[in-house]
Amino acid sequence: MQTAGFLSGKRCPVVKANTQYYNMSVKKHYDVIVIGGGITGAGVARDCALRGLKVLLLERYDLTNGATGRNHGLLHSGARYAVTDAEAASECIKENMILRKIAAHCVEETNGLFITLPEDDLAYQKKFIDSCRNAGIDARAIDPQEARRMEPAVNPDLTGAVLVPDGAVDPFRLTVYNAYDAQLHGADILTYQEVTGFIKDDRGRVRGVTTYSHADKSEDSFYGTVTVNAGGIWGTLIAGMAGAGINMFPAKGSLLIFGHRVNNVVINRCRKPADADILVPGDTICLIGTTSTRIPIEECDNVRPTPEEVDLLWREGIKLAPSLADTRIVRAYAGVRPLVAADNDPSGRNISRGIVCLDHESRDGIPGLITITGGKLMTYRLMAEIATDMVCRKLGSITPCTTADTPLVGSDENARPDKEKPAASTYRAAWGRHGSNIKDIASGSAKDKSVVCECEEVSVGEVSYAIETLGARNIVNLRRRTRLGMGPCQGEVCACRAAGLIAKADNCADKAKKDLASFIQERWKGMYPVTWGATVREAQLTSYLYQGLCGLDHYASESREERPVIQGGRNNEI
Amino acid sequence: MQDKNFQECVKCTVCTAYCPMAAVNPSYIGPKQAGPDGERYRLKDKAFYDYALKYCLNCKRCETACPSGVRIGDIIAKAKLESESFKPGLREMILANTDLMGSLAVPFSPIVNKALGLDISKKAMDGILGIDHRRTFPSYASETFVHWYRRKAARTQKKFERQIYYFHGCYANYNFTKLSKDFVRLMNACGYGVRLLDKEKCCGVALISNGMGKQAARQGKINLASIRKAGAPVLTTSTTCTMTLRDEYPHVLGLDNADVRENIQLALKFIYEKVESGEIKLAFRDDCRKRIAYHTSCHMERLGWWIYATRLLEMIPGVDLRILESSCCGISGTYGFKKENYEYSQAIGKKLFDNIRDAAADIVATECETCKWQIEMSTGFEVQNPICILADALDVEATRALNGVR
Repeated sequence: MQTAGFLSGKRCPVVKANTQYYNMSVKKHYDVIVIGGGITGAGVARDCALRGLKVLLLERYDLTNGATGRNHGLLHSGARYAVTDAEAASECIKENMILRKIAAHCVEETNGLFITLPEDDLAYQKKFIDSCRNAGIDARAIDPQEARRMEPAVNPDLTGAVLVPDGAVDPFRLTVYNAYDAQLHGADILTYQEVTGFIKDDRGRVRGVTTYSHADKSEDSFYGTVTVNAGGIWGTLIAGMAGAGINMFPAKGSLLIFGHRVNNVVINRCRKPADADILVPGDTICLIGTTSTRIPIEECDNVRPTPEEVDLLWREGIKLAPSLADTRIVRAYAGVRPLVAADNDPSGRNISRGIVCLDHESRDGIPGLITITGGKLMTYRLMAEIATDMVCRKLGSITPCTTADTPLVGSDENARPDKEKPAASTYRAAWGRHGSNIKDIASGSAKDKSVVCECEEVSVGEVSYAIETLGARNIVNLRRRTRLGMGPCQGEVCACRAAGLIAKADNCADKAKKDLASFIQERWKGMYPVTWGATVREAQLTSYLYQGLCGLDHYASESREERPVIQGGRNNEI
Repeated sequence: MQDKNFQECVKCTVCTAYCPMAAVNPSYIGPKQAGPDGERYRLKDKAFYDYALKYCLNCKRCETACPSGVRIGDIIAKAKLESESFKPGLREMILANTDLMGSLAVPFSPIVNKALGLDISKKAMDGILGIDHRRTFPSYASETFVHWYRRKAARTQKKFERQIYYFHGCYANYNFTKLSKDFVRLMNACGYGVRLLDKEKCCGVALISNGMGKQAARQGKINLASIRKAGAPVLTTSTTCTMTLRDEYPHVLGLDNADVRENIQLALKFIYEKVESGEIKLAFRDDCRKRIAYHTSCHMERLGWWIYATRLLEMIPGVDLRILESSCCGISGTYGFKKENYEYSQAIGKKLFDNIRDAAADIVATECETCKWQIEMSTGFEVQNPICILADALDVEATRALNGVR
């Protein structure tokens, strides 16, 4: 077996990374500045770029750092919302069908079951199916025995089952490839660049933004005719800097990741949406979620799953698939939903998961600024379309939206390798992650083919591709772009190899060591709430290797201090 | 419900460090990735790691090394059985059906043995079947052990107070009947009558490794039914048969043997434990001046019972026992017979062959029949099963007297 080497490379005096993201030359003036590198921001950037606008995307840390990277990865059929929110349901099913078409490499067509358990009211099923059909969702009641054949992991006590076109979607890849696609169409993408304020002219029009780079600790400013605030839950703070108020209600949701796939079909409960009633197979793992707790906006940067939530998720999960009871849990995490109150409802009683697009010119008298928020991962494309339509109106452009038909880079199914042909598992895995972009992943030499992450089958070639093409500059970036470090060992085996490759790319071992320390620390954070069984042994071995053997403690404390704390303590821990 | 043993893996990779194939073949990703890592991926798509499975020897050294109790070899064996790309061909049918080939060959053994040794037939098997021409086939006996037993031994067995059953396996029945006859002699001298099972089929290990899981399971059911019916200890002289009956049946073939598993014992372990408890007494002649190099076969290593074999051998006066560093001989049953595996097979065994030559022993002792073929072919040293060595050195009359046999 060949594997990548451990840290090597000289110490470099100047660490300059992340600023020249995607090796672009940054301009100063743009048609559109998009704030926020989540799926919404990436989607808006792509839509703008496809319509020929000069666009700059600014992200405070890494792409998908917020809610985008902390959800189920469920390709909703809309069935979950059919009974309670017909509009959201019909948006979902339309976008579901579009994403299957335009982002095939980010989507897995698994189908979904809505099961009724003995404690649930079977009468709900009829109402559920009727509502689904009204929303245009192909929902079909099937025999519980057939459901068991379709998904052997499902609770055998089920009394009813409905089959819906649910699926799984990888939010990391979807976002990264939206950003990459935007870049291929002329957009500039800047990460680790936090917006610190707005530049307004004397008539109060937003003309641009001032920024702080977390990578090279410098301040900068950029100018744009229209600025789109796609900051998710943090969008309320961004709008606040411009003087506009948005009534947001952050709702924390926790999830558990299991070490392997227990189910191959999404399993939901056929009842009114509640906690921990969706089990999604995502790539090599499966996840159960979520919970829902209102939290104050100040806590959004530091949400963590509580022991009670872990317990609830596990107990409820077992009801969906009893096999979860003795399945290894590798991680627990939490995200924040950007729920928005309708403008005419300051109390927040009428919170919508629907899309909210605010024109701050007409709403608050602040021309040049738009906020796009609310919505869901599922409807990011539609959100981007709505926001870009508004941008175009402001710029006097009439170019129509084409994102519903234009495939995302990498989704060319014709390039799919022959399934029957023997192929290295790294190749198979990389195809699953990058689709037809795999043509850009080097696999010629023994080194390119050698394995970095063994749990997730990431090769040196794939890591190099993520560094050179997808803008990865540290191990967390790599994780989001390749799944490196997401397997059961949580970086134990691959992190040092990845750090070696990063060190080589930067020609700097010192930065890579600090990066390694913070990556291991970040992985431990997610393991901590679920440390029992094999996970505890894994964590012990990891700690022995990195603390005991490599002595990374020293670097861990240094790297923590390095984390910049600005803007009222909005120091994001990933 | 799925077998989740693979999730106990903490990726320490010690299995790959101990894998004889990974050591000589850089194309093999090793047991960790083909086994527990691969299992995780196969839950998503069966095609993952398919190409890697063919390299596994099923030596189980990975399982012996694993500190987390992951049944790595079983996971790989099972994945291989479920894989689409391991459909057996004519060669696999011939190599794996040891039972059938044995019963066909024994009646014509002089001709068959002669024919198997001819260069022309070796070339033909190489060209047509893909069985490497450099291999020496074990010769067939002129009479099967079972036939001999019925003719010569069956009648006298009932008179013994204590009774055990003997699972002889294919090799001791069709090829090397000295082993099975020596076993009967040894047990009789110790005061045990040897009975045969109602129906004994090949344990199926070769069927498992050649992709014939269904046939292996059918034979396994017959064997387990006979073992259940026996209701007394079932002793074996083959380590591989023992491991298959005890461990591969439940883990790879899904046959529940929990009720009889402890009844299935390697004869050497049984005898040693009885000697320890005083129920068996052994007396040896004192003319056995030999240096014996003991080779721990992979499946003996997996069973963890080599200590019983070596302790027994050490009881023979005059024996100078050298225990060789435990390493795979490379043949791994039918694996090494296949043309494409020959080079790997010999490369894996090289360390052992060198160690055997360095030990300058008179004979090599090991329980595994295929190790015997490989070592004899590759080093020229004579290889004996410890049972035969014990039986040869035994003072039969004295032993009978000590154990109260009239």
